[in-house]
Amino acid sequence: MKIDKNTINKIARLSRIKLDDKESEDYIKDLNSILDWVEQLNEVNTENVEPLSNISSSILPKREDVSNDTNSSEEILENAPDNLEGFFAVPKVVE
Amino acid sequence: MSKSSLKQTLKDLDTKKISIRELNQDYLKRIKENENLNVFIYFSEENVLKQIDNLENDNSAKKLKGIPIAIKDLFCTKSMPTTAASKILENFHPTYESFITQKLLDEGSIFVGKTNLDEFAMGSATNTSFFGNTINPLSKENEPLAPGGSSGGSAAAVAADLCLGATGTDTGGSIRQPASFCGVVGIKPTYGLCSRWGIAAFASSLDQAGIFSHNVEDASILLQSIAGFDQRDSTSAKVDIPNYFENLDDDLNGKTVGIPKEYSIDGTPMEISQIWEDAIKVLEKKGVKIKNISLPHTKYALPTYYIIAPAEASSNLARYDGVKYGFRSDEIDSLDEMYENTRAQGFGREVKRRILIGTYVLSAGYYDAYYLKAQKVRKLIANDFNNAFKECDFIVTPTAPSAAFPLNEKQNDPIKMYLNDVFTVPASLAGLPGISIPFGKDKNNLPLGIQILGKHFDEQQVFNAAVSLERSYE
Amino acid sequence: MNNLIKGEKYDWEMVIGLEIHAQVKSNSKLFSSSSTKFGSSPNSQVSLVDAAMPGMLPVINKYCVEQAVKTGVGLNAKINNYSVFDRKNYFYADLPQGYQISQYKYPIVGEGKVTIDFKDGTSKDIRIVRLHLEQDAGKSLHDQNPSKTYVDLNRSGVALMEIVSEPDIRTPDEAGMYISKIRSILMYLDTCDGNMQEGSLRADVNISVRKPGDEYGTRCEIKNLNSIKFIKQAINYEAKRQIEILESGGSIEQNTMLFNTSTGKTRPMRNKEEAHDYRYFPDPDLLPLEISQEEIVKIKSSIPELPDELKNKFIEIYRLSNYDASVLTAEKQTSDYFNKTINSDSELKKYAKIVVNWITSELFSLLNKNNLDLNNSPVSPENLGQLIKLISTNEISGKIAKDVLEDMFSSGKTARQIVDEKGLQQVTDQGEIEKVIDEVIAENPKMVEQYLAGKDKLLGFFVGQAMKLTKGKANPKILNELLINKLKK
Repeated sequence: MKIDKNTINKIARLSRIKLDDKESEDYIKDLNSILDWVEQLNEVNTENVEPLSNISSSILPKREDVSNDTNSSEEILENAPDNLEGFFAVPKVVE
Repeated sequence: MSKSSLKQTLKDLDTKKISIRELNQDYLKRIKENENLNVFIYFSEENVLKQIDNLENDNSAKKLKGIPIAIKDLFCTKSMPTTAASKILENFHPTYESFITQKLLDEGSIFVGKTNLDEFAMGSATNTSFFGNTINPLSKENEPLAPGGSSGGSAAAVAADLCLGATGTDTGGSIRQPASFCGVVGIKPTYGLCSRWGIAAFASSLDQAGIFSHNVEDASILLQSIAGFDQRDSTSAKVDIPNYFENLDDDLNGKTVGIPKEYSIDGTPMEISQIWEDAIKVLEKKGVKIKNISLPHTKYALPTYYIIAPAEASSNLARYDGVKYGFRSDEIDSLDEMYENTRAQGFGREVKRRILIGTYVLSAGYYDAYYLKAQKVRKLIANDFNNAFKECDFIVTPTAPSAAFPLNEKQNDPIKMYLNDVFTVPASLAGLPGISIPFGKDKNNLPLGIQILGKHFDEQQVFNAAVSLERSYE
Repeated sequence: MNNLIKGEKYDWEMVIGLEIHAQVKSNSKLFSSSSTKFGSSPNSQVSLVDAAMPGMLPVINKYCVEQAVKTGVGLNAKINNYSVFDRKNYFYADLPQGYQISQYKYPIVGEGKVTIDFKDGTSKDIRIVRLHLEQDAGKSLHDQNPSKTYVDLNRSGVALMEIVSEPDIRTPDEAGMYISKIRSILMYLDTCDGNMQEGSLRADVNISVRKPGDEYGTRCEIKNLNSIKFIKQAINYEAKRQIEILESGGSIEQNTMLFNTSTGKTRPMRNKEEAHDYRYFPDPDLLPLEISQEEIVKIKSSIPELPDELKNKFIEIYRLSNYDASVLTAEKQTSDYFNKTINSDSELKKYAKIVVNWITSELFSLLNKNNLDLNNSPVSPENLGQLIKLISTNEISGKIAKDVLEDMFSSGKTARQIVDEKGLQQVTDQGEIEKVIDEVIAENPKMVEQYLAGKDKLLGFFVGQAMKLTKGKANPKILNELLINKLKK
């Protein structure tokens, strides 16, 4: 079994998703069956094969260095669940 | 139900046989009659009426003036909230308009509403939406069927004639499979043909917007309207967009169709093999050369896809954290608590499953074994198609391994659900254009779809083959 | 040079590597077109892309790419024709995307080196591992509200060049010299404004200690230091902390530390990101960055003279010492000032060493006292040149020249004006000087007796008296000669 309780806790933590015990159990089962299933890729010989990240064959387009963005802070904060004094607000962080 | 085509409607509007108001009121009426299908996440009659008012005061000529279009609720729109069918985008009102919806607005179309989808486009039955299932309009009484997914709302909207066309997105089959299930036409163009700007991302290297319509001609008109280069999307292609509709040509004489042997899969229902054969026969009669081809890595496409798509999704969905927009949990004793509770409560089960698997395959120690391996197999799959297209002009396959299935049938086994995409995923991985057209029925009189795949940016050939098959079937 | 520091029991050597974050001097951000201006009101320079709104996509700034290449050339480094942008995934309030776009496996610039010069004339190469482009995060403010952290995204998405050194640095001073040198190169190239106070240039310091000859020890990383003084303090403190632990039999825990600028101490970050796992992967919203050989050549040709080239040129042309030349070239404004001064009069080339001294000691100390820098010096290079010319032609003495410079500094007048107005020309006329000497001898007969009896030291007394009478204007050389002759008689 590739995914155990520890692993699921670790990746849930990395993903910032809280799981209760029941959910952990379910995901352990799901993820293990999915990982077993994708295991078949090991049958494929990929020696000397370049990984493909993006299908596009064109070159990365670049923009000129012009600052012409006109969003106001009101617009940017409009959808924020909590904003104060022109800032996004989140629970206090102690570094 | 006699469905008017987009082509015919444009004529009728032009000759003043019908007014924009009359036309849209007809659609509004049907939308209200079909509320039980749960096609729309957002629908407001008032909003539609306002758009009609505005267009009536607008004297400029526009290509799609007054045409009712439904928008998958993954496209950000200024005039309507955008949810991606997720609780996590609760109350999100974009201050911007996606590239594609802006193009449609510029052409004068009317947005009838935002259609339901699988949450963040992750699913094949439109049953992972926070806003409930969409019901396939072809369902019989007491036996609700799934419309397919993820763009099930858009496919259903066209099938129930609630609009003359709809936008969708296709990451692994999310346009083609629901088109097949709902008996409509659905095209996913070449990766890069339509800008992704303003569409909530699922898997950036695979996501591509496209069109649902009643027929191939309509699809060709609508695709031309939404295609084109966008400098705000670095993967957008700088290619000339032909007038697909004007150039439509159903004469396929002398063309070669590729028939991939790997698409004959054990357990595929007889009827599906049958319509595939029927389609080949039709083409043969039209003077098309039949070429048996091999796409040897086909069977690895699904596992490849189910590594790459979740990996990208796990990162793309990290921005939904309760800070800038959308839902924030009430349990926020610390920043981490806020993240973990917001995302636990804001995302649904399938989305969480994919985020977790995506996180795992990218994590230290597993990256090479899963993600890098999948990228390499993806290269081989793309190579398969490149080689095949040296010998043929287009490829014909079934769209999906089944007709529409009963709602909730496959919910508990993720892999069984993933198998729905078996015929659509390979072309997604290779970034190729693909269309699904209705072609025949199964024993329950449910529509089945044929998929036509083309070379990169050869949408014209795809449309030509599709219109030819469509006309022969009619 | 002995680089070891003494613990209670053993001698220890520090092993230090720096990761410098230099903000690219550009108008707009790395992947969006919002402004990079410093000090604007919160969240007023935030595009939809910077705020990670759904469906927003990055498009790279061409200028930032060119600046990275330019900097790479300045660091004598290999420019990579092919590089890739990756996503570095982690959650933090001021990281709106939930990932930072950076370069991991394939950076735009590879191995290079910079040279630091010591006072004793020796120098040392510090190897560069790589330079890559990445996005800056926003800013979290923890002290604005008792229960909340505020987030300002103005910085979010600003282009940074991360310059990573090998652990070649052995002392806090070397660390300071290294970052000064990098800053100097960046400012010559004009790819970064070098402003450490505003955070345009900051460093993470990796430090471990070992007994000489041993393997590297476990290192700690001190985050986000924005002054050379703090870098040195932090290294000193952290090294001592590690040595104390090791000497008392403990072991070092690999940790990320914060430096408290008011206490001068380091401490581990409380908010430890448990088991960093950034899940880097190529950003699927971007394609690989390819730079052709022609582009590199074109950028190379646009590069101005860099400090090391200039230093060698100064050594060759003006016969300056390595150290003098490196001080002159440490900042572009200094070498520019020197060039203008020495070229203001063809005669001055012979007196390069004097020019260096007058700039780096006299002028610098006046500037320091008045909190000015060379760019807004009240004394222009031409005027300083004139002053030095007056010294070199014996028109005024060096001692008087110092007063003249002060006068120039406060009044803005030229040296010539001041010397003329105040009559400060040196007296070189023999007759005049002899007259004064006679006066001094006549007034001090006892002293003359003692001198003649062998008390040679009294010569200074006579010189002083004579200078007093001439108000310091007598040419010291002539005065000396004449005085000795007269006294003998």
